[in-house]
Amino acid sequence: MSLIKCEKLTLGYDGRAIVENLNFVVNAGNYLCIVGENGSGKSTLMKALLGLCKPISGSITFGDGLKKNGIGYLPQQTVVQRDFPASVYEVVLSGCLNSCGFSPFFAQKHRAMARKNMELLGITKLAGRCYRELSGGQQQRVLLARALCASSRLLLLDEPVTGLDPKITHDMYSLISKLNKSGITVIMISHDISAAAGNASHILHISHTPLFFGTSSDYLQSDIGKKFAAADVNGVAGVNGVGAETANRGTRK
Amino acid sequence: MIDKLIYYYSNYPTIRYSTVVLALVSLCAALLGVTLVLKRFSMIGDGLSHVAFGATSIATAASFTPMYIALPFTTVAAVLLLRRRVGAKIQGDSAIAMLSAGSLAFGYIVLNLFPSSSSNVSGDACSSLFGSASILGIKRSDVIICAILAISVLAVFIFFYNRIFAVTFDESFASATGTNAGFYNTLIAVITGIVIVTAMNMVGALLISALITFPALSAMRVFRTFKGVMICSACISVACSLIGTIVCLLASTPVGPTIAIANILAFGIFSLTGWITRGRTAKNTNQ
Ligand SMILES: Nc1ncnc2c1ncn2[C@@H]1O[C@H](COP(=O)(O)OP(=O)(O)OP(=O)(O)O)[C@@H](O)[C@H]1O
Ligand SMILES: [Mg+2]
Repeated sequence: MSLIKCEKLTLGYDGRAIVENLNFVVNAGNYLCIVGENGSGKSTLMKALLGLCKPISGSITFGDGLKKNGIGYLPQQTVVQRDFPASVYEVVLSGCLNSCGFSPFFAQKHRAMARKNMELLGITKLAGRCYRELSGGQQQRVLLARALCASSRLLLLDEPVTGLDPKITHDMYSLISKLNKSGITVIMISHDISAAAGNASHILHISHTPLFFGTSSDYLQSDIGKKFAAADVNGVAGVNGVGAETANRGTRK
Repeated sequence: MIDKLIYYYSNYPTIRYSTVVLALVSLCAALLGVTLVLKRFSMIGDGLSHVAFGATSIATAASFTPMYIALPFTTVAAVLLLRRRVGAKIQGDSAIAMLSAGSLAFGYIVLNLFPSSSSNVSGDACSSLFGSASILGIKRSDVIICAILAISVLAVFIFFYNRIFAVTFDESFASATGTNAGFYNTLIAVITGIVIVTAMNMVGALLISALITFPALSAMRVFRTFKGVMICSACISVACSLIGTIVCLLASTPVGPTIAIANILAFGIFSLTGWITRGRTAKNTNQ
């Protein structure tokens, strides 16, 4: 049975559809990369998978005993107040909350899990530092560690490499591949087609309607894939202007 | 000086209770304050205390126990304000301003139209706004209710500490991983209402903001972890309330303003400490 199955999914806000008629499946161990231009509804799809926004129609089915709150999530933007006092360890540990059940406090095993994931991402030395005083790449690792604490089965990563330098970006991708090889299913949003196609096992390309769903190698052979990958290489954004609403991006929370 | 304090404390049981309850209320306000300041809701204490003032005047006019009317009114107002969705027609700060001015105007009119038995309008208004003139003015019945409320708020905070952190730090991640953010936001709103009504009886409507914001801001000058800030702001708040109480016994100053001034002084001290330690660590890392 597949981990996630979406059938005839239509998503949008206030009854206004943004993506229509999405059909795809994610099996355990897959590495799915979602691509598409700004405003095409990638983040919206991810929020729907997390149950943060309700689909207009269609269905999302979880299989394999995956629970809705058993998903690790790395948001696109984390709006943290500039002066928020929180140590790296506190942030990572807060990812364990969904396995606490009704207990109000963290158990020893949660602390161990937080330490293990910090070790895995190489941020053990930062444990006592204030989250807000870290660099963007370090913050991203902290949030990835938190996501790992929330789930050891499925990770949803919304543009995990935005704002990172080429070396850290490369490190981040190999880290995600490593996690995927260790058995974690990954769904990632990315604008970096070449890296995405190189790492991911499957690609979902969405615009107002889904343009492509299949394996990475098939994607690079397809017309849309060729066009998009070429645009990516030339540094030109926005291949076909369906519903590109880049301007909205800054005002969203 | 010490003799005078011992004399007060051994002869007036009310003073003993009031001291304890003031400390408890300050503790709750400080804990809550950390969350409110971080959620950018520092002004909510001010706004809601005016709602509580309006409700209290109705109660005084109808000769009810003020608490029974102020508590539900303020809590409902708190829930309405804190649970507003992003993108609502009227922004949060404007909503607070409207509600607070409206309740203040309404409350003062009610006080004037239906004067209570004491028929001392400005006296009533003054004690609602600035708190009892002396610590002896705090009533025993108030003290008991306040103690019960303060202890329950404290219990909620200890019990839900981790979840409150998660919801304050990153609401969308918290709800994505199954924490019911809506519930905790409502919980925080209800606690805000309770703390404000309780504190209003003690320090007066206009000075509650001092209890809520100063300890949290002072603690944030020095500490960089959530737990550190929580614990430090609780300690600052209790210390300031005890010092304030003692000063107002010795110098016969009004309770609320004295405690507020103590908090302001603490803020000064912590800012200075933060500035000095920050400067030093910056130098150390440069070497
Ligand atoms: N909370 C919201 N309410 C109403 N409309 C929204 C909301 N969030 C996003 N939208 C709209 O939905 C559309 C898709 O947004 P979404 O965030 O899913 O885009 P995206 O594919 O993630 O884009 P990007 O590459 O810029 O991250 C946009 O047109 C946006 O304006
Ligand atoms: Mg997005």
